[in-house]
Amino acid sequence: MRSANRSAASRAVAPLDAAAIQGDFPALADRPYGKPLVYLDSAASTQRPRAVIDALVRHYETVAANVHRGVYDASVRATEAYEGARENVRAFIGAADAREIVFVRGTTEGINLVAQSWGRANVRSGDEIIVTHLEHHSNIVPWQLLCEQTGARLRVAPIDEAGDVVVDAYRDLFGPRTRLVALAHVSNAIGTVNPVADLVTIAHERGVPVLVDGAQAIAHMSVDVRALGADFYAFSGHKIYGPTGIGALYARRELLEAMPPYQGGGDMIASVTFEKTTYNSIPHRFEAGTPHITGAVGLAAALDYVRSLGFSAIAAHEDPLLAYLVASLAAIPGVRLIGTPRRRTSVVSFMIDGVHPHDVGTILDREGIAIRAGHHCSQPLMQFYGVPATNRASLAVYSSREDVDRLVAGVEKVKEVFA
Amino acid sequence: MSEMRELYQEVIIDHHKRPRNFGKLEGANRHSEGYNPLCGDRVTVYLRVEGDRIQEVSFDGSGCAICVASSSVMTETLKGKTLADVEALFGKFHDLVTGPPDETAATEGLGKLAVFGGVREFPVRVKCAILPWHTLQAALRQSDEQVTTEQP
Repeated sequence: MRSANRSAASRAVAPLDAAAIQGDFPALADRPYGKPLVYLDSAASTQRPRAVIDALVRHYETVAANVHRGVYDASVRATEAYEGARENVRAFIGAADAREIVFVRGTTEGINLVAQSWGRANVRSGDEIIVTHLEHHSNIVPWQLLCEQTGARLRVAPIDEAGDVVVDAYRDLFGPRTRLVALAHVSNAIGTVNPVADLVTIAHERGVPVLVDGAQAIAHMSVDVRALGADFYAFSGHKIYGPTGIGALYARRELLEAMPPYQGGGDMIASVTFEKTTYNSIPHRFEAGTPHITGAVGLAAALDYVRSLGFSAIAAHEDPLLAYLVASLAAIPGVRLIGTPRRRTSVVSFMIDGVHPHDVGTILDREGIAIRAGHHCSQPLMQFYGVPATNRASLAVYSSREDVDRLVAGVEKVKEVFA
Repeated sequence: MSEMRELYQEVIIDHHKRPRNFGKLEGANRHSEGYNPLCGDRVTVYLRVEGDRIQEVSFDGSGCAICVASSSVMTETLKGKTLADVEALFGKFHDLVTGPPDETAATEGLGKLAVFGGVREFPVRVKCAILPWHTLQAALRQSDEQVTTEQP
């Protein structure tokens, strides 16, 4: 770890060297169909650097004990590693208190936790929850479930053709029954960066708390939950170079303190009798059962890796590359970009005239190019643009201009097959 | 390019661009809808069956090239066939697209359907090729249930 940090730190002064970064990610050496891999699906899941893999292996090799249980050394060290990861997450997103960080399986579970705990306690029949038209299904369906359970109603903030939330229309949705806003920091399907701080301000002026789905933002920009004003912020480890099955939910302390348990089990209790159970303090009240200890350790290593690169260097690498990707695709005759948001990060959706995205995906796959072809779990957004699916290319720290050039050549090949 | 041509044969590209028997069939006495929600392929098959023979057949819908071309070639093939012929053809077509990729597909008796022999090398696309056939079967059974060939 120390050597990984040192080599990364020496790079951080300049924009990232994509070749050096690629060397940090063993999976990128894959050669599908005998061709060098072009991985342009990091919005679905990022690859993991050696530092994360090593941290996972080291943890499995040395600390096979549960947390918050034993009095023996290995259990104490497991607890230290797990709680150390929590502190790491706190610092990474600028939270005030590590007790505001709940480890979850990922963004989806974080949102469901808020819907079922905070939502069931605070949302009543006739109340309203605002989402945007950009949302991933994981920031729609949990609220629909809550609405079914409570008789509340979902309101949808519209977007314009560019794929930006129409702020005036969003403002107009608020009423006396608005209880919560749930919105994406970054659209997973078209890359829109929502003006979260502005949208939060509008909600807070009306006394409404805001949940931010940070899944697609966390790896690409410095997130400060207090600067954003987010009351809840959820993200997934596997979208920021960490393991699957681990993520974090930030919840402002006053809100979290007042929330009832999400799941029952071990670790979330203070004492249990058959007559009465009292619950543990935050955040443990929300972490029933043995948590994904190793996952948390791996997530902390991933955050350390990103920290060692630095978001200014990441932006200096990714922003021009994104501009190059957008310009390169837009320059191809017969290619149409889906969404042209004012501010975009890491994600581009596009269509090739007369070719279904799944045919595009198949042809690119045989060229060694991995993109996402589908509805991106954003069917309402696909309906807005009148397409069943799109082709989506997405970037990460290891992406390069060569990846973009190979994609462009692949698109030309698709056009040739369908000529 | 040759590998891609095995899947996207000229006949398939042609039927994708100019699907035959496309549109709702007037006078149909059977129809069924197939839908693969993950990829969005959607096809409705219309039939006029008299006795044990398919007199007329058409389809509409939208989807990828494999799905549209498979629907189109299927409708061309079915006209005038008996239900027993259809059953036999479906079995052969199923074997054609799902057989082991390293074995050459048996194409005897398949006629133009043989152009889908390349599909077996692309396992994730089998569901696209086979959707119209399962939809056809549902129409013949007069089933009201929407057909899908995607695993949950």
